[in-house]
Amino acid sequence: MSTKPVLKAYVNNPLWLLAELTYDCPLHCPYCSNPVQMTERKDECDTETWKKVLSEAREMGAVQLGFSGGEPLLRKDLEVLVAHASELGFYTNLITSGIGLTEKRIKGLKEAGLDHIQLSFQAANADENDLIGNKRHSFEQKLAVAKLVKQYDYPMVLNFCLTRQNIDKIDDVLALSCELGGDFVELATVQYYGWAYLNRDHLLPTKAQLETAEATVNAFRNTQGDDEPKFIFVTPDYYETRPKACMNGWATTFLTVTPDGSALPCHSAKILPLTFPNVKESSLEKIWHEDFSFNKFRGLDWLPSPCRDCDEKEKDFGGCRCQAFMLTGDMHKTDPVCDKSPDHHLIQAAIAQSQQPTENLFYRDPKTEIPVHLIQE
Amino acid sequence: MATPKLNPLYKFQFEKAQDAFVLLYPEGMITLNGSAGEIMQMVNGERDVDTIISDLIAKFPGAEGIDKDIHEFLDHAHEKKWIKYVD
Repeated sequence: MSTKPVLKAYVNNPLWLLAELTYDCPLHCPYCSNPVQMTERKDECDTETWKKVLSEAREMGAVQLGFSGGEPLLRKDLEVLVAHASELGFYTNLITSGIGLTEKRIKGLKEAGLDHIQLSFQAANADENDLIGNKRHSFEQKLAVAKLVKQYDYPMVLNFCLTRQNIDKIDDVLALSCELGGDFVELATVQYYGWAYLNRDHLLPTKAQLETAEATVNAFRNTQGDDEPKFIFVTPDYYETRPKACMNGWATTFLTVTPDGSALPCHSAKILPLTFPNVKESSLEKIWHEDFSFNKFRGLDWLPSPCRDCDEKEKDFGGCRCQAFMLTGDMHKTDPVCDKSPDHHLIQAAIAQSQQPTENLFYRDPKTEIPVHLIQE
Repeated sequence: MATPKLNPLYKFQFEKAQDAFVLLYPEGMITLNGSAGEIMQMVNGERDVDTIISDLIAKFPGAEGIDKDIHEFLDHAHEKKWIKYVD
């Protein structure tokens, strides 16, 4: 558009910090977005490192904090970290499978100042829920946790990851969400990163499945009373013609710190051929403003064609870098979800391929042996 | 007389980085403008709407039409479920 020199854009500080405390998890969902090669427990950041990260992020103006993983409850210092975060003035979100959330811990977390609990379900019935997570009795544990979350007066968000396997029973999901009294319910069609990318051919719903589910949710919304859950339906971008504005733009709003202390502009970025900084070696302030990787895709100057000349570039910033890399092998390219991308045929081929999977379905488990040709370098 | 209180789903606080009062909720934030922040500071489940109006008039004696603004904001906040009315 314009050829006049542009001043270096003012860089916003992060508002959102995602603290991935551990990759360890009692569940083994094949749609997990965690990396296929996971950090071992012994390499995780210690309590003092996490406290330093929280203090620095808050000082920069971050206000939303997600404790995630893996399963963050596996960290024995979770209560200590929540208390520290709460004292700093963060709004603290626990993103959990619910496994291991006893009454003692839910009470302790309340006392520490935890603001909200997001509880995941794999399906709305025991058989399918336990099969997808590959853990027996997990459904009944989750039901018990949901009751405790309400009893201890936390705002409760329920999260259902939708795949080809469970999307047809969306009616049951809506009914269970109302019964449990969720405040918000995320009906999140899985995005294809990490283990979910590996298993994409098994997980991607058909377009017809997706349209039926979305229509069911829309119809249900029209019948809802004022105090019932608010449903948020997230479509998989494989069926879109424009890419998502990934992370609201690279290094503008979100900051993820992984279990080993890597700082990332998004939770999937570790797969990219970039060297990311570590919070053990540098301050967040320096990382956010000065690190090569954080500046690499910041703003619009780096955009490739056809994004460069596109009048929608300020809406989606060229889409997701990880998706461009996974599908085309080049992280600099336009997200192939966009139908203006010369690589859009790759998305269409992936949808066609998913009708006839040729690989096995892999449960998320560090012990799973994955054929070498399926691992992203 | 109706007495508003904060919906427990929300947390109300001042954010230095935004230089504004904000409402925080699961994974989200609403940044309030100056007058909305002043009104929300008065909402505590004890002051009724008339008291909120008289207290704000006392705090900002020059402001004209302030009661209309307060009613409008409280209606908006109620519609958005940021506040509830105590019975």
